Amino acid sequence: MLPASAFSHSSAVPDAPAVEVFELRKEFRRREGLHRRHITALKPVTFAIERGECVAILGQNGSGKSTLVRLLSTLLLEDGGTARVFGHDVFREPRRVQRLINRVSVEASFFKRLSAIENLSYAARFYGLRRRETSTEIPRILERVGFPLERATGPMEDLSRGMQQKVALARALLTSPILLLLDEPTTGLDPRSKLEVQEFIREVRRVHDATVLLCTHDLAEAEELAGRVGILHHGDLLCLAPAADVKRRYRAETLEQAFFAATGTALHEEEEASE
Amino acid sequence: MRGAAVTLRSELMGLSGIVERNTYILRRYIWWELAWFVWTLANTLTIAFIAKGFAQSGATIDVNKATSWLLIGALVWSYLGMVFGLLVEMVQWERWEGTIEHTFMAPLSRTMHLLGTGIFGVLYGIVRTAALFVVVALFFHLQLPHADYGAALVVLLVASISFIGIGMMTSVLPLISPEKGVQLGYIAQGLLLVVSGVYYDVSVLPGWMQALARISPATYALRALRKSIIDGAGVRSLWGDIWPLLVIGAIAIPLGLEIFRRGERYAKRHGKLKRSG
Repeated sequence: MLPASAFSHSSAVPDAPAVEVFELRKEFRRREGLHRRHITALKPVTFAIERGECVAILGQNGSGKSTLVRLLSTLLLEDGGTARVFGHDVFREPRRVQRLINRVSVEASFFKRLSAIENLSYAARFYGLRRRETSTEIPRILERVGFPLERATGPMEDLSRGMQQKVALARALLTSPILLLLDEPTTGLDPRSKLEVQEFIREVRRVHDATVLLCTHDLAEAEELAGRVGILHHGDLLCLAPAADVKRRYRAETLEQAFFAATGTALHEEEEASE
Repeated sequence: MRGAAVTLRSELMGLSGIVERNTYILRRYIWWELAWFVWTLANTLTIAFIAKGFAQSGATIDVNKATSWLLIGALVWSYLGMVFGLLVEMVQWERWEGTIEHTFMAPLSRTMHLLGTGIFGVLYGIVRTAALFVVVALFFHLQLPHADYGAALVVLLVASISFIGIGMMTSVLPLISPEKGVQLGYIAQGLLLVVSGVYYDVSVLPGWMQALARISPATYALRALRKSIIDGAGVRSLWGDIWPLLVIGAIAIPLGLEIFRRGERYAKRHGKLKRSG
């Protein structure tokens, strides 16, 4: 079992979907000489994710995936529309939402001179976990994600990317989130680490009934892990359906072909960064 | 009632997380801290030598008293720099390390986040300043037979409330301006010390600067610390400097929190709450 955070998850509104996004929109202003240009990072987007579901959002760099995750993580304010997590308004009740979510992003994001245990320990305190809880739970969770405990007291900067990403997963799980936001969690990992992380995501869903929003440009990963797959292109959510339906809709045999048919570009072509 | 206790416990736990994190960082960067301490020591000695220099050039001054006077100015400068530096660099540091998004999406209230950083700065600043004081006092064989160190500690703690409040106001700068925010924070710190009589009495300042000195907590802190360490004044006789510090602190903390709150909203609106690169 994962440790119980000091914050009760009973604060989730009963029967509310895990995520409800309605006409959510985000723009950024970019200075170009004397002028400011408005860049639409997310066009009005509407979708819902049910509790326990795993939804993958596919999109190129700059398609708006990270903007969506950052909006749901309470790190951005909307320019229009609404977003609710387990019934709580992301922009009006951020503290309530923060207690229910955690995130693993493409960058492991740690104090690099600190050890894995130190990084996890102080972060757990932000979620109300006491020292006596973390002193037993941190080694246990690190072991579960396949992190060698003998490396847990050395600086993070001495660890490989794969190992750092395992610590990032452990940090997210330590706080028992019921919504896990995964923003390209396996990008840049070697094949073995990638498989380990993917297996762990499956386990988290199976054992802890967590809801997962996975943003990725790995089509196989999306098809393998998610019940529904969405295609985000230029900030526009073109579809969100089971992978088989997406392929049928675009008359494609593979997700890659479906992505090309939907967007006119291959997934790994670069778009202009949106922010 | 129980709900309030649980919330308070969680808030304090969050605050302790900030102190814990900074303690780990201090431990991991201990050689840098030692180098920084030596640099500050050299800087402080340079300033404290000024009194001896004046005496040698023929000026009639009490070298022991003048050295102590300058030393207190240098120590307060160093202490204030420590508290302000931690607060001003709080955001920038997290940007460099890439942890900013994780910290700002955690259910940690900004009050506890900022107070935790300020409290760590005060605790570490007091230890460091005391060490600096002992080393410099031994170096100059300073005689301070009347010093009331207890009163000096009380003054420093009371002044720290205002210092944390003003530090909170400046700590928002790197949030809204990732490129120039830290530098602007240091400008604010410098201006505060210029008007506060760090190495001179504020009476030598032009009238408009003296007006600013009256609203600077460092003015009262410096005056009270000098009275307690050089003249041996106790807490009761320092009340005239302590109450303005309490008033400024009572205004500065909520004002600092509100300014930071607005800055954070601006950063969230404009997408500035993210790591560098």
